[in-house]
Amino acid sequence: MKQSALMRIGISALAILLAIFFLAPLLWFVFAPFDTTPSLTVKLPESLTLDNFNLVLDNDTAMRSLFINSPIISGGVMLLVAFASALAAYGLSRGSLPGRSAITYVLILFSSVVTGTASMVPIFVLIYNLGLFNTFQGVILTMAGGALPTSIFIMQDFVDGMPKSFEEAAMVSGASPLQIFRDVALPVLRPGIMVVAILAFVGAWGSFLTPLILIRNPAMRPAAIAFYQFYGDEGNPNIPAIAAYALLYTLPVLLLYLLINWRYGFRFFGGVKQ
Amino acid sequence: MRAQNSILSRQISLAFISPSAVLIALFLIYPFFSIFFMSFTNQSLTGATALNPQYVGFQNYLDLFDFKTWMNRGEFGSSLLLTAQFVIGSALIGQAGLGLLIALAFRNQKGFLRQLVFTLAIVAWIIPEVVIAFAWFAFLDPFNGTLNNILGALGLPQPDWVLDYPMLSIIFFNTWRGTAFSMLLFSSALGSIPPSYLETAEVIGASTWQKLRDILFPLLRTTIATDLILITLWTFNTFSPFLLTGGGPNYRTELISIYTYRTGLQFFQFGKGSAIAVIVMLINLVLASIYLFISRRRRVA
Repeated sequence: MKQSALMRIGISALAILLAIFFLAPLLWFVFAPFDTTPSLTVKLPESLTLDNFNLVLDNDTAMRSLFINSPIISGGVMLLVAFASALAAYGLSRGSLPGRSAITYVLILFSSVVTGTASMVPIFVLIYNLGLFNTFQGVILTMAGGALPTSIFIMQDFVDGMPKSFEEAAMVSGASPLQIFRDVALPVLRPGIMVVAILAFVGAWGSFLTPLILIRNPAMRPAAIAFYQFYGDEGNPNIPAIAAYALLYTLPVLLLYLLINWRYGFRFFGGVKQ
Repeated sequence: MRAQNSILSRQISLAFISPSAVLIALFLIYPFFSIFFMSFTNQSLTGATALNPQYVGFQNYLDLFDFKTWMNRGEFGSSLLLTAQFVIGSALIGQAGLGLLIALAFRNQKGFLRQLVFTLAIVAWIIPEVVIAFAWFAFLDPFNGTLNNILGALGLPQPDWVLDYPMLSIIFFNTWRGTAFSMLLFSSALGSIPPSYLETAEVIGASTWQKLRDILFPLLRTTIATDLILITLWTFNTFSPFLLTGGGPNYRTELISIYTYRTGLQFFQFGKGSAIAVIVMLINLVLASIYLFISRRRRVA
């Protein structure tokens, strides 16, 4: 297909405009964390420094949130979702339950409907009545419940793509179902479990609403909420600290997405975003 | 030939499913049904109605749909209207329009510029929302923000965006934030259209617009429908604009998600909050059912 020079110039100009549109709001985070005198203005630092990071490292609550609370919550969601969704997908795929695709669709339907602030009203009451308010378990269980339908949906693709012959051979030689799952299926399913685990971790790491509502104790808040202590009370944000903290908090998400993109490519998994 | 063709017996497969089933039942299915009951009570967090909520019939719904006041700022009807503006502006026009434009413009491109645009759009989509919200707070700052610095350099007026144009601000914010999804969906759908279709059209001398209208759009129809439904569902429920404007100034960006939060989770009026949540979830149910209908039909086809 031939393209006129005019067309090519037009597309290049559009690309540059779009790049500026997407980059402009982000540019601040590239320079401000290393600037000796950061402000809201985007500028090349006059002199580079790591002092802004010291400011954050000296703040115990912020550090606790970033290096203890957020990893506990996100790690917990990740383990629970990976474990439960692998088991469920395997059970649905290799079992003899009727209407398995209907079950998956109904679950996806529920997870799309029970979402956002609307779902937080009954979940708050439920967590409160279960005595899980202000606990890590409460946040982990809530997030895992919300993430499971999509994760099972993704896992099913991987289970369905696995040949049954090894499992059948293991069954003939007398292995129990749990042994077959652990020793035969799990090693083959590892890529799928990785994808589901990373998506669950990233989703929990960035989540703001659920911990905002279910955790009030400042010592237990994840980084997404702790971020706000640098905002100050009367619109007087601590800009050096925000710049440094934002970068530290974002880094794991960017690295995990790079990993997933490099290993598996950016796929759609049934058009459902985690 | 073995009689049994499944590896797990029914009991064992139920055991495998049970951890997920318990979590999903507790944190997705139970909340969905409990909220209907709660919406007919006056339950609250503290006070006498906390332990012994009373049945109040349709009172919560009558409060929401009180047509004398519901269009006032900070009331239910006004919030629904703002949400409709937000969904149309940022999802249907912003994200879907821009996503389609990018996918079409870079359809046959490979080079650095395409990679740059795609990477930046994806980065905007995956960074945690609290960080994005501060980035936009800085970007829109009336005196030091990047946007007004650029406008100033071009000799254009520099308004206080969040105060003067709050709805426009969150529409641009959400368009910027979410375009990547539509962009990726459309470009993967375009990639699956055989090039021969367009080459044939070219041979018979079709214009760019004719190719779009007669070849690309009909083939993309299901993808476009899927995309519009999904981004409508997500945008309808998003809470992120709260992080930029807090619903203000003067309730001018109080979307239905923020109104639900304020009523049910800040003032802890669970009864009224549940009534709002019921209506939100019923709208979600309609949108999600349409999506599943489309995607099932596509699988069958």
